[in-house]
Amino acid sequence: MIDPTLSHLSDLAFEGAMAGYLVALVCHALLMASSHVRKQAPAAAAVSAAVSVPAFVAAGGAPMTADTLSDRGSAADSAPVGAAVPPAPGAEQRHTRFAEQIGRAAVIVTAIGFACHVLALVLRGFAAHRPPWGNMYEFTLMITGAAVATWLVVLWRNRFARPMGIYVMTPITVLVFLAGTVLYTRSAPVVPILNTYWLNVHVVAISLSSGVLMLSGLASAAYLGRLRYDARVAAGAIDPARSATRLPEAAKLDRIAYRAAIAGFPFYTFAIIAGALWAEVAWGSYWSWDPKEVVALASWVVYAGYLHARATAGWRGKPAAWISIVGLATIIFNLFFVNMVISGMHSYAGLN
Amino acid sequence: MTATATSVIRQVVWLGRALWRQLTSMRTALILLFLLAIASLPSALLPQWYLNQTKTATYIKDHPWLGPILDRLGFFDVIASPWYSAIYLLLAISLVGCVTPRTIELVKQWRAKPGRAPRNLSRLPHHAVVTTPDDPAECAERIRNALRHKGFGGWRTVVRAEDDGAVTVSAERGYLREVGNLVFHVSVLGLLLTMAIGSLFGYTGSILVTEGDGFCSSAPVAYDNFAPGRMVDGTDMAPFCIQVQKFEAAYDANGMAKFYRAQLGVQSGAAVRSDRYTEHMLNINDPLRIAGQRLYLLGHGYVPEFTVRFPNGDVRTYSAPFDPQDAMFTSQGVVKITDPPGYSGDAARKNQLAIVGIFAPSGLVTDGILTSAYPEMLAPAVAIQVYRGDLGLDQGQPQSIFAIDTRQVDKGLLVSQGRKNLNLGQSMTLPDGTVITFTGAKNYVSLQTSYDPVQGFALLFGILLVGGILTSLTIKRRRVWYRITSAADGGPRLSTGSRVDIGGLARTDEAGYGAEFGSLVSLAGTPAMTPESAGEPAPLTEEVPRSEKERVT
Ligand code: HEM
Repeated sequence: MIDPTLSHLSDLAFEGAMAGYLVALVCHALLMASSHVRKQAPAAAAVSAAVSVPAFVAAGGAPMTADTLSDRGSAADSAPVGAAVPPAPGAEQRHTRFAEQIGRAAVIVTAIGFACHVLALVLRGFAAHRPPWGNMYEFTLMITGAAVATWLVVLWRNRFARPMGIYVMTPITVLVFLAGTVLYTRSAPVVPILNTYWLNVHVVAISLSSGVLMLSGLASAAYLGRLRYDARVAAGAIDPARSATRLPEAAKLDRIAYRAAIAGFPFYTFAIIAGALWAEVAWGSYWSWDPKEVVALASWVVYAGYLHARATAGWRGKPAAWISIVGLATIIFNLFFVNMVISGMHSYAGLN
Repeated sequence: MTATATSVIRQVVWLGRALWRQLTSMRTALILLFLLAIASLPSALLPQWYLNQTKTATYIKDHPWLGPILDRLGFFDVIASPWYSAIYLLLAISLVGCVTPRTIELVKQWRAKPGRAPRNLSRLPHHAVVTTPDDPAECAERIRNALRHKGFGGWRTVVRAEDDGAVTVSAERGYLREVGNLVFHVSVLGLLLTMAIGSLFGYTGSILVTEGDGFCSSAPVAYDNFAPGRMVDGTDMAPFCIQVQKFEAAYDANGMAKFYRAQLGVQSGAAVRSDRYTEHMLNINDPLRIAGQRLYLLGHGYVPEFTVRFPNGDVRTYSAPFDPQDAMFTSQGVVKITDPPGYSGDAARKNQLAIVGIFAPSGLVTDGILTSAYPEMLAPAVAIQVYRGDLGLDQGQPQSIFAIDTRQVDKGLLVSQGRKNLNLGQSMTLPDGTVITFTGAKNYVSLQTSYDPVQGFALLFGILLVGGILTSLTIKRRRVWYRITSAADGGPRLSTGSRVDIGGLARTDEAGYGAEFGSLVSLAGTPAMTPESAGEPAPLTEEVPRSEKERVT
């Protein structure tokens, strides 16, 4: 029944995807790191590492690990607080070129990783003679695949979005890693109840739309990161000349988040309705308040809240972005916690 | 007296209005949406009565302090709890309150013409100046025609002449966006309603039927479990009868089911209780639909059979459905013998028998433990323990059909008579000479009847919901104005033709208007090379327009 060779090849492809994403992550980290030394003459800066580290800590600590990492990484190159180092034009140019190259490398390895990712799923499908979304390993690969695909589309349409890669690729890589370790299940056929076209419609729609919505949440996180940076600049805690951010302007990030949300939301709505149609033929009722259904409804309601917040005075910007992040949290909660901890009718995870 | 009365009335009216305005504001909707999301979570985190009674009861027992309080507050039946209902009721009211005025507003807008051009078009987020050899009236007509016919669909235009001789064209599109949005909100309301009505007037009933047997759905008692909506009293259920003629299943080498199905004889309408049956193959994922009711095949299992020879010489056959525990159908259950022959009155109750144990369709004993190696009946076997005594069935508490009440054992009212593993045809003899023979097993199917009088509407609203949200999120509201002034008073460097000032405004989501505005500009004429041509006619890159920036940050 199961073709062991294809199944093995699929596992190899998975490793390829994982490797691609990890390298992409490293590139993004380097890209982030490079931003803090943009206007520095490296020679003058090397002296004063000891002073500049506390300076960064005093600035309040970056919200994301990647930021923090990059602060440390670049600390050796930074100038002491208040020391006016005139920017050397050569260094500036070199930095821009470096950023361009490392950014491009990040995109290329992401694309390669994505190709492996898709291949892993396709091979799984051929190995088991069924569509590759029958258990949690495959399902998680579907969602993360959709998120990466959306990310690549965002990159393709908005080149300026590249530096937010650290926000996007960190959680996605973690999820892919979890899929390959905690959730991994051998290739196997599915139980007969899953053997229907409604499964295909519902599961594909849910996982793809969740991936798109996930990207919306990640863009909102980047948006908040940028707002925080701007606030610190405004408060004088950061000197933008010395530690610039490469993150796109807040408004642009917000728009990416919004675009992804309005692309994902109707799709997600459709996916839930397709699930209801399937439930009507499989479980005896189109809506059973099964835990999975309830949490999906909660996610849906949260995203409706996000769209509302964007149209309500006083809720735009920061509060709306937080709502979008809460939405992301509910989707991940539904994916992991509800599948693994709570047993409902959706317990097809294949983990037990 | 009357004065205070009127003032009280006025105050009540004022308060009512204020409350209503508060309840139907976007902000309240937002908060209610959030409350709904948060209130849903306990039903995913805590066990729920309607999903799993045993688990819920265990949970409450394990949390002796918190459990009963949460139970009292409805946390184990969230969806039916008053607070959950209150939230979605408020949301429904809020929806009505917000949809009604917006519908009226939309109808008004539909009738109205696009608004007058603002005095200073260069202050709009999108602005451009072009020149054209046409005179203002011609140019206006040309723009109007182009907007109407040339692939710029959906624009509504009006041409106006201004006092100083300038001609303006006002155009607006994207009215459908609001329509889609309203359809969406009305559908949300409709879905809330259909779900409520469905749960009030619908019901579900479940039953296990052994191959060869049947059942008629004429009354709630026909079911093992019957869950009626609040408005269902079970008196006017449209009856149907079924006979499970044959059960079929096929498995692959690993024991994974390829399919299972039941061959039914069905009677409905006038045929009920006659001897005419219609054949129907009942498959999973494919319910049988009979007069608004739906019959589902939800699962299956085995009914082991035992022949019991009692000491008084009576021989009887007993059987009961066993509950599958794993994919290979290692099943657990009990055959309860409540009326042992040879005893009467109280003695009969004290000599009831229970054959408790495991059934395996393809038995495999490892370390003395029986499990099944394959779901099909290749080598049926049981591992049984027999109890004699009072099963405790007449104490008014419902018992599981798959287990005995172990408290009876703890109390010493049920006493073990020994245990044994039996293959097909083997027997076990009890101390009193009763002989229990394992004679085989049949299949049972677990069936469910569902009834929901309004689920068709739910589907309709579901479709409208998706259609509405797609329309409202893809269609953009755009406005554009052209002010055409003749060259004479238009600009210093023009001697013939007209100068066209163009301003664009996106009423929702600016993104993407840049490029479109470019094409709106080029249908008016060619970019003017005048120094005051402030706007870039066709910005190819999407810059963030002023208003969006303001909105966002
Ligand atoms: C279950 C309740 C509700 C849900 C699920 C819901 C959902 C939505 C969604 C998804 C949108 C986005 C559409 C768009 O951006 O065009 C939206 C927009 C809107 N909703 Fe609701 N809504 C609900 C209740 C309400 C209520 C009670 C009100 C009125 C107080 C309301 C007023 C609005 C308005 C004015 C918009 C337009 C916002 C815009 O144009 O961006 N909604 N609603």
